[in-house]
Amino acid sequence: MKRAAPFAVFTAVLAMTLVVTAGNGQASQSGGKSAAVAGVKIDNFSFAPATLTIAAGTTVTWTNDDDVPHTVVSDDKTTFKSSALDTGDHFSYTFNKSGKYSYFCSVHPRMTAEVVVQ
Amino acid sequence: MTEQNWKLRQREHENGGTGVTNYIDRNLDRDGVDRRGFLKCMAWAGTGTLCVLQGGVLNSFALTDVLQHKVGKLSGELSFVQISDSHIGFDKDANRDVTATLGEAIAKVNALATPPSFVLHTGDLTHLSKPEEFDTLSESLKSLKTDRIFYVPGEHDVLNDNGAMFHARFGKETQGDGWYSFAQNGAHFIGLVNVLNLKAGGLGNLGSAQLEWLRKDVAGLKSGTPIVVFAHIPLWAVYPQWGWGTDDSEQALAYLRRFGSVTILNGHIHQTMQKVEGNVTFHTACSTAFPQPQPGQAASPGPMKVPVGKLRSVLGITDVNFVRGKHTLGITDSSLA
Repeated sequence: MKRAAPFAVFTAVLAMTLVVTAGNGQASQSGGKSAAVAGVKIDNFSFAPATLTIAAGTTVTWTNDDDVPHTVVSDDKTTFKSSALDTGDHFSYTFNKSGKYSYFCSVHPRMTAEVVVQ
Repeated sequence: MTEQNWKLRQREHENGGTGVTNYIDRNLDRDGVDRRGFLKCMAWAGTGTLCVLQGGVLNSFALTDVLQHKVGKLSGELSFVQISDSHIGFDKDANRDVTATLGEAIAKVNALATPPSFVLHTGDLTHLSKPEEFDTLSESLKSLKTDRIFYVPGEHDVLNDNGAMFHARFGKETQGDGWYSFAQNGAHFIGLVNVLNLKAGGLGNLGSAQLEWLRKDVAGLKSGTPIVVFAHIPLWAVYPQWGWGTDDSEQALAYLRRFGSVTILNGHIHQTMQKVEGNVTFHTACSTAFPQPQPGQAASPGPMKVPVGKLRSVLGITDVNFVRGKHTLGITDSSLA
């Protein structure tokens, strides 16, 4: 392996530092480009919050805290569809497109909720 | 009509959950049955009461009396057993060993004075539709002393594959998505699947293909043929808020109402409940795994923890006796302890 020239290493480190700093700078601004996350808790045969409002590009993670398995399935059954989540399991989906996404638990279909993407 | 019947049940539960009430909304049936007596009988169904309708008169016997031979043996020409909701794979507080309690239920079936001609499992065999759970279930049932076991799936059996695995194991001789019928001792048995293709916000679902199959299946039968339907989710609106009902069951019932005796056996709600509507008797069975709360008595219909010593008293099996010429089948629920 060739030894990197000291100047090249310095430049690389400087560049990386600048990138990291810039990244941090962006993250601290509101509406920044860093990935946002949100959570939905599944318990007592319900999704909480029942209506989750997020910005486009947000990744939503569902966590099943209930005693029984549940699923997270969009009403059209194709946009997003989790496998069966046992207690403690998670499912994530990133909403890139704005709109209203109604979903339900395909095992207990009376459990319904929605994600509103702005 | 089902909504009115549900209000009747709700009134019972508003009476502190004892289910005993002398208030009757209206005489829902024209068969001369004493509604008052029947309501009291339903209240005690969970603790083990044999209710037998004979010639329009209701006779009820405490199960302990029946088991201790204090009443005459209610023999019939056909007897079979229903077990339900074994949930193999469940391991939370409500029951840490569902395989053991299933084993106890099997032992109870094997101890019956009259061995059942066959056994019906009305679904939720497994908890998570896993292959090893189906394996354990099948292995456990090998010790059942009966000639045949019939199955219908619960929603826990069809979790990830729309029921493909269940169908491969238990649905080889079925139609469509898994429905079927068979005759035994002059009675006609129908297994229905109401846990597939569920829609957001909906209840159980039979679907048009199954309903059309059902219409044709019973079309040629004489009205005097006793009909027994078994399906996982109740075919009447027990408690829609908790998903305890089937959206399109009315159409199925319309095809069955001309028959003199119709018995509908369901599971799903993990407690015994019974309703009579003309010639149709609806009955739900206990689970062999864990109980669930009575309608509206808890935040949700999930597994209900009971004191350690009480668990086996809220799990159980259902023994059904058919006597030719009698109006309805004799249905006996008995707990594991």
